[in-house]
Amino acid sequence: MPNYNAVTPEIIAQLEKVAPGHVVVGADVNPDYSRDEMPIYGTRMPEVSIDVQSTEEVAGIMKICYENNIPVTTRGAGTGLAGGCTPICGGVVICTMRMNKILSYDLENFAVTVQPGVLLQQLADDALTHGCMYPPDPGEKMATLGGNVSTNAGGMRAVKYGCTRDYVRALTVVLPTGEITHFGSTVSKTSSGYSMTNLMVGSEGTLGVITEMTLKLIPAPKATISLMAPFEDLDACISTVPKVFMNHFKPQALEFFEKEILISSEEYLGKQVFPRQIEGTDVGAYLLMTFDGDSDDELDPIVERAAEMLLEEGALDVLVADTAPKLKDTWAARSSFLEGIEEQTKLLDECDVVVPVNKIADYVRFVNATGDQFDFTVKYFGHAGDGNLHIYTCSNDMAEDEFRKQVDAFMSAIYKKAVELGGQISGEHGIGMGKVKYLAEAVGPVNMQLMQGIKKVFDPKMILNPGKVCCTL
Amino acid sequence: MNILVCIKQVPDTNEIKIDPETNTLIRDGVPSIINPFDGYALEAAARIKDKNPDTRIVVLSMGPQQAEAALREALAIAADKAYLVSDRAFGGSDTLATSYILSGAIAKVEELEGAKFDAIFCGKQAIDGDTAQVGPELAELLGYPQVTYGLEAEEVEGGLHILKEGEDGNYRIGVKCPCLITYTKPAFDPRFPTIKRKMAARKAQIDVLTTTELPGIDLTRAGLKGSPTRVRKTFVPPRKEAGVIIKEETGEESAAKLFTALTEAHVI
Repeated sequence: MPNYNAVTPEIIAQLEKVAPGHVVVGADVNPDYSRDEMPIYGTRMPEVSIDVQSTEEVAGIMKICYENNIPVTTRGAGTGLAGGCTPICGGVVICTMRMNKILSYDLENFAVTVQPGVLLQQLADDALTHGCMYPPDPGEKMATLGGNVSTNAGGMRAVKYGCTRDYVRALTVVLPTGEITHFGSTVSKTSSGYSMTNLMVGSEGTLGVITEMTLKLIPAPKATISLMAPFEDLDACISTVPKVFMNHFKPQALEFFEKEILISSEEYLGKQVFPRQIEGTDVGAYLLMTFDGDSDDELDPIVERAAEMLLEEGALDVLVADTAPKLKDTWAARSSFLEGIEEQTKLLDECDVVVPVNKIADYVRFVNATGDQFDFTVKYFGHAGDGNLHIYTCSNDMAEDEFRKQVDAFMSAIYKKAVELGGQISGEHGIGMGKVKYLAEAVGPVNMQLMQGIKKVFDPKMILNPGKVCCTL
Repeated sequence: MNILVCIKQVPDTNEIKIDPETNTLIRDGVPSIINPFDGYALEAAARIKDKNPDTRIVVLSMGPQQAEAALREALAIAADKAYLVSDRAFGGSDTLATSYILSGAIAKVEELEGAKFDAIFCGKQAIDGDTAQVGPELAELLGYPQVTYGLEAEEVEGGLHILKEGEDGNYRIGVKCPCLITYTKPAFDPRFPTIKRKMAARKAQIDVLTTTELPGIDLTRAGLKGSPTRVRKTFVPPRKEAGVIIKEETGEESAAKLFTALTEAHVI
């Protein structure tokens, strides 16, 4: 571990000058700041936390910490799933939740400028009142946009609209030295040197602290229709996915899940939304897709053709959600899978691999067969449209040590398989500190050294979010 | 069994906006939906049909031409046939005038269908007006027995068994047909339409009943002029916090829990 200094009363006094009234010390620090949603990767209380209010405040804090060699970890709502914002070396935690203003809309250029603590749901709702849509749609709507940008969050609509990266136009960043810099601009194309904006996106708070973001919007689609296709078994369900694209359908979202995970989500929400039986046949798995467009008249023929294809591929029926209440219920059930699992599980780990769309069925078969060799239960669901699977290992009765040991063996095996099939370690959750080892195995020493080199250029003293992404302690 | 389900198209919001000048609903920009309670009534009918496929479900709505969209949605969910009562002369009807017009329309629909309805299902109230009067008034005008606050319905010989919501628990009530049931929110939502039903609903013929088809309706009892109700003022009532029900194994335990809760709230 690098040699960091402790936060002394003198340093606290300096921090107080920069962020008067917002510096919280020792036992008064909110215990939530010791972790994200995956405490299994480790937790640690920071010595100091500061709910920052401005770019200048962040710059002042970074300067003090840089001069005094104190580790700094930035966090938003703490909804991460890879231990990315866990202050594993202690030091100072900067929380951006109070920087929660939508600063301005540039409707001529379809852009919005926000502070990093604005919640995804907040921007999504607000953009709609301007007739615009912010397309990235991760399941966790209470995440901050700063966190979304830092992990290149994906979500349900990525299959048509891409991930957060595709919507980041410009960033204001405080570097570890305390310097303030700006990357990118509202223009829609650029060939002007290395893309620092893209380097920041997905860097998980290891290169700088994002304090302002200009994000791209699109005109909000006027009509949305979801189709729900129950299948008797998972295999038939997943095998249908490539056919959707081969038939030139462009769904906004395309998700698959098994009945068990749906039931736990519905129990969590206290509401049964999806049918579990179709004309006497038990449903095994569901394919859920959404189409959007300018009018129902435009969508109706597309939806009819898609439904026809689904029935040909073995769907037991095709159900339609085209009213606001039905769409809300449908996607609320889908968005609560993780909460449903968390509520029923004491020990939980997860993986977020992404594989080519035509390999999903093979991969899921492998995961099932591998999972059978261990004592925990494997649950999964996925963004079928982009091959991104969320696989959970769940146990309520294993000892934690044994759980960790078995999970490590399981994860190593399924990551290896994902890479073999041409996939990647994380589709949208990031590497954080939970997946560094697996990333190193997947990309190899050359790429890891390149990443570490980039990290050094930004952060020569390695004080910003240590032990994450490409660095171990 | 022949079931008629009465539905109303309402704006999709619980906090509806009222034009302060005219005291009427502002409908612009607010998407329209089937009144949720009417959706539960439709689902109750669909569940009867699940058990007895010979059941015929007819939906009836009174409203402007746009209400056709709500009827098509009902056709997609479960209905076999839809009728729309629509005429300028009926516009602005209060609950009394509405139930009067509907009672006349029902007679006409029965004539067109060639059969009487065994049961008429309504939502307990529409979420825009919240009066809960049309269903009971309609039952009176038809001279039918009525059960309000229905949750579930089961077909039995010559009648229905209705699970009815009560203040201190649910009741199971038997009612002879023909009857009228109003429905409140059960533990389930109306089913999703299937694509096949959706496609059929899009093309379905919806018969419109105007004053021409309903010559028997006394127009002095219809529309704004035929309505005795005068709206002086409308407002959105303040939201009430949900209450808490304490129900332990014994009365003593319940009392102890209540005591603790009141103490913690510094009420006693």
